[in-house]
Amino acid sequence: MSQFTINLIFVGASFALYIGIAIWARAGSTRDFYVAGGGVHPVLNGMATAADWMSAASFISMAGLIAAGGYANSTFLMGWTGGYVLLAMLLAPYLRKFGKFTVPDFIGDRFYSSGARLVAVACLIIASTTYVIGQMTGAGVAFSRFLEVDSNTGLMIAAVVVFLYAVMGGMKGITYTQVAQYVVLIIAYTIPAVFISLQLTGNPVPGLGLFSEHTESGMPLLAKLDQVVNELGFRDYTADVPNKLNMVLFTLSLMIGTAGLPHVIIRFFTVPKVADARWSAGWALVFIALLYVTAPAVASMARLNLLNTIYPDGPTADAIKYEERPDWIQTWEKTGLIQFEDKNSDGRIQLYNDSPEFAQTASQRGWNGNELNVNNDILVLANPEIANLPPWVVGLIAAGGLAAALSTAAGLLLAISSAISHDLIKGSINPKISERGELRAARISMAVAIVVATYLGMNPPGFAAQVVALAFGIAGASIFPVLMMGIFSKRMNNRGAIAGMLAGLLSTLVYIFIYLGWLFIPGTNNLANTPDNWLLGISPLSFGAVGAIINFAVAFVVSGMTEKPPQEIQELVESVRYPRGAGMATGH
Amino acid sequence: MADDKSIAQAYWKANLRLIAGCLVVWALSSYGFGILFRPWLADIRVGGTDLGFWFAQQGSILTFIVLVFFYAWKMNQLDKRFGVNEE
Repeated sequence: MSQFTINLIFVGASFALYIGIAIWARAGSTRDFYVAGGGVHPVLNGMATAADWMSAASFISMAGLIAAGGYANSTFLMGWTGGYVLLAMLLAPYLRKFGKFTVPDFIGDRFYSSGARLVAVACLIIASTTYVIGQMTGAGVAFSRFLEVDSNTGLMIAAVVVFLYAVMGGMKGITYTQVAQYVVLIIAYTIPAVFISLQLTGNPVPGLGLFSEHTESGMPLLAKLDQVVNELGFRDYTADVPNKLNMVLFTLSLMIGTAGLPHVIIRFFTVPKVADARWSAGWALVFIALLYVTAPAVASMARLNLLNTIYPDGPTADAIKYEERPDWIQTWEKTGLIQFEDKNSDGRIQLYNDSPEFAQTASQRGWNGNELNVNNDILVLANPEIANLPPWVVGLIAAGGLAAALSTAAGLLLAISSAISHDLIKGSINPKISERGELRAARISMAVAIVVATYLGMNPPGFAAQVVALAFGIAGASIFPVLMMGIFSKRMNNRGAIAGMLAGLLSTLVYIFIYLGWLFIPGTNNLANTPDNWLLGISPLSFGAVGAIINFAVAFVVSGMTEKPPQEIQELVESVRYPRGAGMATGH
Repeated sequence: MADDKSIAQAYWKANLRLIAGCLVVWALSSYGFGILFRPWLADIRVGGTDLGFWFAQQGSILTFIVLVFFYAWKMNQLDKRFGVNEE
């Protein structure tokens, strides 16, 4: 059986499963559509949250980023898990107690202002749309590689499948497909990692293998990796970073962004009780950690494997001949994600760091520039082939990557469509809309959101992880602070909240646009995006944390200068703080 | 009612104290050991590298899990003790 057939079977079977679930879990009411009926078991919700959360970026890009950046990119590991601590303690239980359908619902009611609600809707749509683009491109990449179709065609196929279960089932359909998608993606991620860990270290647990001995050399794995990358002019894999301020702020931005992302928060509206929301956050983190503890192992092992493939006799000996390159390099060359150029015309593939410091060594060895460009995003997808694993593992990875992208895309699309149908249409434009009318509006908004996301996926503004990191800045700088103040400060009033949200959002956007171009249009940036230009060395990706601080400061100053919130709002804040009396989530 | 109110306030204070304690550990395991204090922990070797690297790539995540479950468990106790638990 050919690899293509195997991939087709794995992807086809997983898609059939999702569609089957969609037919079984149709939404009959807005409660079903927005919060899956409100009766999801906390462990199942934890699993669904993990799939909702772990995106194409976590599955496909993250290990590649860590492999390329080493210790410096640990920020993604800490940032994308640490947010759950904030979510579990600062937001989820209270928002569940509040018991409405959407995040702007809370902001609108708590700050007794349709203006605040609209700003929240705008923040939600910007953050979620930015985020969904990465998922769509991720699905396109996986399709183009594994099913040998054009990535735009792949994107369309993915969009149709999401359309089927998200439009029919709403949150109910999405929840149960996400549970299935979690199972698919975690198996797909873990199996190749276990094999590779066994090959390199003899330890079947990748998270332990990372800190074990490299069997072949007898050195600790990380020490071996440091040595190999060093001999090719790269910075040590475990090297410390000089700019700790930026690393701290980037991690913090990812954490508060995680806690402030509406598509994650609304998952906690689906559990029956406040106590369940707390437990569920713990379970979500366990399920997420299964992948996140494996990812750094995959990163270091795949990097070592890749360099061993290029330099079979060690980095100080001759590189492999281009004619003798393994099949997987040939297949990935076709996608353009691996590019080779024989700069010194010796027929061999030299992969090294083209830095001024290493230039002398390189020219002594007759090298004339780095000849192989490997896109970070292919590392996990190519991992089984790099390690010579059987073809069914490759098929599994294809299904897993798609599960990760689709589960997150569906969650985001639900957050977007419920903000439109519930907050914009029912909350502002037509409050008298009937239950059936709102359900129809929810389905239409979902359909439109999918079409827009698909279009943007075909014309993306940047590469997947970059866009995701930007969405975090916005969620962290605008949504997280206002939710937290709404719960923890009884004194915070409508004016403070709106001023704070706008200040956080705008300062973050302006800082990002100055370096990455206004609305990401290339060439419109005012300053080159290099560390020398950054204010205090703070990268545009790390600015979300600063934006959050600006949000808090502006909100407290403005609120302090204006009148107290009315008595009933202070009572509302009291009531979200105590679990007793939490009914099912309702829209009224 | 006055009694209810003071109980409610005591419950909220206890919750805030618990959150503060948990967040200190949260910050120490990630920003502390994983980033800022890494140079001072460089002598403590873990599997071919140092303790700071371990915290940044593994230790912090494991700490977070323990923290969230600890918080959920403690809050259930508080809910019962202050009589604000769900029926």
